[in-house]
Amino acid sequence: MPFKSPEEYIKQTIGAVQEYSVLCWTAITDLFSGPRYWADIFTQMDSIGVGSMPIIILTGFFTGCVLALQSATALTEFGAVSKTGSLVSLSMVKELGPVLTGLMVSGRNAAGMASELGSMKVTEQIDAMRALGTDPMRKLVVPRLVATVFMLFFLTIIADAFGIGGGALMSVAILGLNGSSYLHDSYRGLVHGDIVQGLTKPLFSGFIIATVGCYCGLKTTGGTQGVGRATTQAVVLSSVFIIIVDLLVTRAMIGIFGS
Amino acid sequence: MADAELTATESIDLTGESGPIIEFKDVTITFDVKPVLENISFAVDRGQTLIILGPAGCGKSVLLKMANGLLRPDSGSIRVFGQEITTMRERELFKLRAHIGMVFQESALFDSLTVEDNVAYRLHEERVAEDESHNRVVEALKFVELEQAIQKFPAELSGGMRRRVSIARAIITGPDLILYDSPTGGLDPITSTTIIELVMKQRDVSHTTSLIVTHRLQDAFTMASHRFDQKTGGMTPIPKDGPERGLDPGTKFLVLNDGGIKFHGTTEELVHSDDPWIKEYLA
Repeated sequence: MPFKSPEEYIKQTIGAVQEYSVLCWTAITDLFSGPRYWADIFTQMDSIGVGSMPIIILTGFFTGCVLALQSATALTEFGAVSKTGSLVSLSMVKELGPVLTGLMVSGRNAAGMASELGSMKVTEQIDAMRALGTDPMRKLVVPRLVATVFMLFFLTIIADAFGIGGGALMSVAILGLNGSSYLHDSYRGLVHGDIVQGLTKPLFSGFIIATVGCYCGLKTTGGTQGVGRATTQAVVLSSVFIIIVDLLVTRAMIGIFGS
Repeated sequence: MADAELTATESIDLTGESGPIIEFKDVTITFDVKPVLENISFAVDRGQTLIILGPAGCGKSVLLKMANGLLRPDSGSIRVFGQEITTMRERELFKLRAHIGMVFQESALFDSLTVEDNVAYRLHEERVAEDESHNRVVEALKFVELEQAIQKFPAELSGGMRRRVSIARAIITGPDLILYDSPTGGLDPITSTTIIELVMKQRDVSHTTSLIVTHRLQDAFTMASHRFDQKTGGMTPIPKDGPERGLDPGTKFLVLNDGGIKFHGTTEELVHSDDPWIKEYLA
């Protein structure tokens, strides 16, 4: 692969940021005007939401299990093993649930969007759509954006619930804690701000997954090899953005709620 | 399915009814640093067929995409149905494109949709009733003699069949202008003849204005020297001893090379051109 000059690299990067920003802005403004493709929105909701349920349930459940086991080891030293429930629920709801759900959905759906739209781009199907009088932004991007933001919110709740459930199973079956006191402690450990923080993050993650996936897909060039490159880029970029935005949202929420 | 807000039936003011359907004036487009097309000017009148020839990579497909607003030129003016499209917003272009059919080089059929859904795509966007839509799809598929493939997916079709479905998709709404981007590219000679016959049928039966990009001289000259005979259902040579002297008067040629126009004129002018490059190209 030939080396790019720094000037060319900077120009390309700035150009890409500009194009991505335009795509995001167009997608947001298109939300408020017709035509709306409801059938496509529901199809995407099914594909992104229902289709991602198994991996989200498994990820949430086993993360909760591991979290309970790991935290119990540390808490035992301070004689606070009964606080396992509180620690698991706080970690799952505020951080691990939203981030892991975002990353898993990003791996599954940002890649899917990039490859689907990328294939359409290289086979001129996007141009054909435009030639047939359909706006690809409204037909392809907006339904994916709406579906991802909407479904990621609920997937995160499912991941949180299964994570706390997994922690409960480990606490009762292996650590010998009382199930009722575990759940009570989990519930008491959470405050309003924690829930708001945990459920704000998937809104941002969903936006990132859909826009990055669609952007990489729509900018695909270079045939099937280009589709592969776009898919990899979509997963890498969306995963990194999710983690960076997670930090920013966490800091903002600490500023608002104080914890 | 789309709301009724933006539909093809939404009427667009087709001004310039008496003027040219397409008019390029000093159009230049550059990719990276090299101009692909430079100062291109030509016009296509109503009912005319313009065959665009030229070597590979000379910008034939780019020109076609600019005529449909899919690409915007760096400078110059493009008027379609009398409307300036270079400054038109994409939303306005969608309305204009409802009057334009386009056949893509590799067919560009939606691979996740059946032949019926592909052909009916525009009708679905216009929210045409399912029964009427089905009837019109069958009619369009009969035109391209492919009604038996209505429930198939593009992957189950041969290259020639895909091209015919693409033509059916382009003509289903009875557009005022059709753009064919290498309709016979990559096809065997027999299938190419079938496709050319369909293009000719559309020209001679519906009298639709069309731009045809091709690099196959044989197809181009077949278009210029034959006519679709509705009685026999096939193409027949135009009599050389008739008033048209063996050539369709509505078919003209545009030859591109090195980013410019090498030739623009009638079939007769093309074959009698003194330009050495044209002579070599036609040889």
